[in-house]
Amino acid sequence: MGRFVVRRLLQMILVLFAVSVLTFLIFNVIPNSDPAVRMSGRQASESTIQAIRKEWGFNDPLWQQYLTTMKKVITGDLKSEFTQLPVGEEIKKGLPRTLSLAVGAALLWMFVAVCFGLYSAVKAGRFADRFLTIIALVGISMPVFWIGALMNYYLGFKLGWFPNGGYVEFTEDPIDWFYHLILPWTALAILFIGFYSRVLRSNVLDTINEDYVRTARAKGLGERQILIRHVLRNSMIPIITLWGLDFGAVLGGGAILTETVFDLQGVGQYAAEAIGQLDVPPVLAVTMFSAFFIVLLNAIVDILYAYLDPRIRLQ
Amino acid sequence: MSEPLLKVEDLRVSFTTEEGVVQAVDGVSFDLAAGEVLAVVGESGSGKSVTAMTLMGLTRSPNARFEGTATYKGTELIGADEDELRRVRGAEIAMIFQDPMTSLNPVHRIGSQIIEQIQEHEGLPDAQARERTVELLERVGIPRARERVDNYPHEFSGGMRQRVMIALALSCNPSVLIADEPTTALDVTIQAQILQRMRDLRQETGAAVILVTHDLGVVADIADRIAVMYAGRIVEEGTLDQIFYDPQHPYTWGLLGSITRVDKPRPERLPAIAGLPPSLADRPEGCHFRPRCPHEFAQCTSVPPLEARLPGDAEHRDRCWLSVEDKRVKREVQPGEIGLVDKEGTPA
Repeated sequence: MGRFVVRRLLQMILVLFAVSVLTFLIFNVIPNSDPAVRMSGRQASESTIQAIRKEWGFNDPLWQQYLTTMKKVITGDLKSEFTQLPVGEEIKKGLPRTLSLAVGAALLWMFVAVCFGLYSAVKAGRFADRFLTIIALVGISMPVFWIGALMNYYLGFKLGWFPNGGYVEFTEDPIDWFYHLILPWTALAILFIGFYSRVLRSNVLDTINEDYVRTARAKGLGERQILIRHVLRNSMIPIITLWGLDFGAVLGGGAILTETVFDLQGVGQYAAEAIGQLDVPPVLAVTMFSAFFIVLLNAIVDILYAYLDPRIRLQ
Repeated sequence: MSEPLLKVEDLRVSFTTEEGVVQAVDGVSFDLAAGEVLAVVGESGSGKSVTAMTLMGLTRSPNARFEGTATYKGTELIGADEDELRRVRGAEIAMIFQDPMTSLNPVHRIGSQIIEQIQEHEGLPDAQARERTVELLERVGIPRARERVDNYPHEFSGGMRQRVMIALALSCNPSVLIADEPTTALDVTIQAQILQRMRDLRQETGAAVILVTHDLGVVADIADRIAVMYAGRIVEEGTLDQIFYDPQHPYTWGLLGSITRVDKPRPERLPAIAGLPPSLADRPEGCHFRPRCPHEFAQCTSVPPLEARLPGDAEHRDRCWLSVEDKRVKREVQPGEIGLVDKEGTPA
């Protein structure tokens, strides 16, 4: 198991290197124009462009450009050419907000989806199953910006039960932090709950017919123990994959819509604003930042896999 | 005869499927005495596995219908609720399944899968349950059991996994062991080892065994009594000697004729019973074996009852309308082997 973890982490570094090369090429080499001009924005003076070209080493050989760019990304020594704000600082500011949103929503959607999926599978074909199926489809079909806006308007603005967007630091007031995040968590989780519970339902139904479940029943175990110990654990593996990918994406700023609708000012919202202004340095940084989380979560998922299914530790 | 340990009476199991109602078990009755080995023999689809699993309530589903009774030590099993059944499963009646490769949960250590059952029924503390598990694994012949108790199923070969299944089945000292084709998925040398082990363990534990199999070779080794099933019914029942040396039903002749034997001249090809078993959703009227039987005659369109037809042999019962003399004559059509011939008179 230990060797498996080490090997998987080494692989992760390799993948990150490949991603960084690709990102560099996409941003600085593939667009057939002067990267310094693109980076400096509209109506930049010749001296600004010259300064940027010098700072980023755009006249150097490619490999050197790559190193300069990566050094800037990794050390956070980047600043937006529009706002003149340091990118590293901005991401650092957005990170706890995005983290709060992602962790809470991911736990919420996983938990609820497992409950719904399991219940649906146990009641397969009956009313409860059909009802949950419809609910899941409704959940999958509602775009997050729409459900988010509805929640904000009715539950926040009209009824005043929840704050109208915004974010409070956990260290400042944990209860207020929680209070402010209930709506964003729910809005973000709804889509995933629908999707995950459907996948889990079908996995459980497949597993329930396995011979080892029959063995468990023949042992005289209770229905609950059979379901949790023998069925659920084997059904969780495909769900864990999905979860790792989605959680990684949300952590890396992928919940742009949710962050924007609830004005959380997280990394996703920051990226969205930067993209809107064609502000290259922040976009470059956020891209690498997202890639890091997705690759990291993938590695964690693989390790979790090996924990859940001992056969995977073999190869 | 004293009160049997398990008494099955007129058991009927049917499943509603898209093709209609499938009558998998159609009026099966048998007794099982303490310590006895009863072999239930038949082709695939004869209802033998369904019969075995129904005794443990493992065939229950919304599409299944059950009739008849199965009484174990005074407890009715067929209509029992799940809680009652749970107390019987594993503790009183244990089961060994056909495919050891898929019958153990791949994500749990084999030890914990056995401990789980011991604790469910006897509530032993962890250390004691583990100790018993190690002893059980040693008893079924797993080398270095103390280390291997923490291995996962994929770290064992098929034969070793079936030993684990046997250890699991024996873990709560059941009075009845149901073995559903326990050696079918194993290769021949391992089959012999597993059978030997089962025979030894039966001697030690005194558990009664219901051995479900299609392999008469397996039966000859271990069974006291044999019930031959065809298309959901028992067509012949008797002691090992009665079935092997004086079979009464043409289907039994066919089964016996299709075993390779070293003590008889070798036929060109191994005789087989012509035709296929009927679909359980659409079975022939009367004797179910009629369409495949070379000795069919007018009376066969009505169902022959399962009864003793040989004078003075109340234990040996069959479902065939042929007279005892006819059977003697027809059985010996092929001198030197007991087998069937097809309707043209050439060996099938």
